[in-house]
Amino acid sequence: MTAFAHRHLLGMESLAAAEIVMLLDLGDRFLEINERPIKKVPTLRGKTVINLFLEPSTRTRTSFEIAAKRLSADAVNISGSASSTVKGETLLDTARNLDAMAPDVVVVRHAQAGAAEMLASRLRAGVVNAGDGAHEHPTQALLDCSTIRKHKGRLEGLDIVICGDIRHSRVARSNIWAFTKLGARVRIVAPRTLLAPGLEAMGTPGSVSIHERLEPALEGADVIMMLRIQKERIGGALFPNTREYSRYFGLNPRRLALAKPDAIVMHPGPINRGIEIDPAVADGPRAVILDQVARGVAIRMAVLYLLAGGDAGPSE
Amino acid sequence: MTPRLPPPDSDLIERREILDAAGLGRTLRRMALELAERIPQEGRPLYLVGVRTGGAYLAQRLCSMLAEAGEPQPLLGAVDISLYRDDVFRGLPKPEIGPTELPEPIDGRTVVLVDDVLFTGRTIRAAMDVLADYGRPRAVKLATLVDRGRRELPIQPDVVGVVVETTASESVRVMLSERGEGDRVILRERRA
Repeated sequence: MTAFAHRHLLGMESLAAAEIVMLLDLGDRFLEINERPIKKVPTLRGKTVINLFLEPSTRTRTSFEIAAKRLSADAVNISGSASSTVKGETLLDTARNLDAMAPDVVVVRHAQAGAAEMLASRLRAGVVNAGDGAHEHPTQALLDCSTIRKHKGRLEGLDIVICGDIRHSRVARSNIWAFTKLGARVRIVAPRTLLAPGLEAMGTPGSVSIHERLEPALEGADVIMMLRIQKERIGGALFPNTREYSRYFGLNPRRLALAKPDAIVMHPGPINRGIEIDPAVADGPRAVILDQVARGVAIRMAVLYLLAGGDAGPSE
Repeated sequence: MTPRLPPPDSDLIERREILDAAGLGRTLRRMALELAERIPQEGRPLYLVGVRTGGAYLAQRLCSMLAEAGEPQPLLGAVDISLYRDDVFRGLPKPEIGPTELPEPIDGRTVVLVDDVLFTGRTIRAAMDVLADYGRPRAVKLATLVDRGRRELPIQPDVVGVVVETTASESVRVMLSERGEGDRVILRERRA
């Protein structure tokens, strides 16, 4: 196994393929703990993990909290509305105060791209980026890779469709980095107003393609990842209305039939049923959405284990 | 406490052979017989749980030997202690984390932990913690191929293959064909 030479996990852009594979392998090891009658190991006893979530989140925050607790770390959760940031304290001051309490890992979610990196440069604790603006969300990409690897055995050579609000999506960005590093091809699908510049340049030449229509992109796809329309981030009128969006970019059974017969359907959640994904698909046999959630806990256990001092280095 | 870093392989020289291939086979067969004799009837079928990685191979061999000797087919499990070590973050090289596999609940059973080398006792302490997370065995017994002494915890084996007096600078290495080496047990010492 490759050693993990980072003190922080800020994004997929800075990870090498071998490091990603090592994190996935380690995550697979932790899966078993979540199946035990007593879902807890003593590994991080005495370590403190602070979940600093300055943007709303249920799934990711709960997932990190469960991951920390199953490793016996003490997990402290701070959410936006309960923090001093509403009293005018800056992120850095909040973080410095937390750092003075000597946590081992700070997991941070913030609306501003680069927030996690800024904290990492100033704190003693290891920092995990749990989503910074539209920049990166590395543990989501890791759990997505883990889910794909389970169902397809590998990522190399797969055709993966990512469809939806690419412009506001840190999940899309982290996944494009991760998928292309692991040898998959990524087909980005979105209305022009929800695309972002420079996406093709993220992978090796030819590994990322941009499509403005869903049907042609679905042909022969191995994996289809639908993204949520982020109403809270879309200020102006980037598309006429959700009904029209759904008509052109929603995944329904008829469209799903264009992909490979064994294609899997993913969604990072939360789902807007009937907008980007038809309930018949979301609840259908090809959907692996809850698998993604289950693997998320194991992946976050692996990340906390490595950043709190563990090592997946080789045996003697 | 300062971590006791195991010296790298290149710093160790072989002092003597403790067991050759034939001796290793003989010793394991005797251990199997002793296990069959010592574990009372209510502990049947025997439930052998190897400590990864060396102990897991030995538990497997003991299982076949016991079945050959007419015992009811023993149950075979394995524990991985990486996440339970008390020196997990003390700079020791960490082995890959392997799965813990217990094919049947251990509640109310007599479980025999099998390890290759018994030294400080810390590995067995960790292995017992793993078992406690899975259930409450009626009893836990310990079988080890080599007891090299120098215990740091009050742990004693029930069945021992060979007892070797060692110094702190020595180490015992169990080589097994399952790992692509010839069966052999050797005593090594740190280069002066």
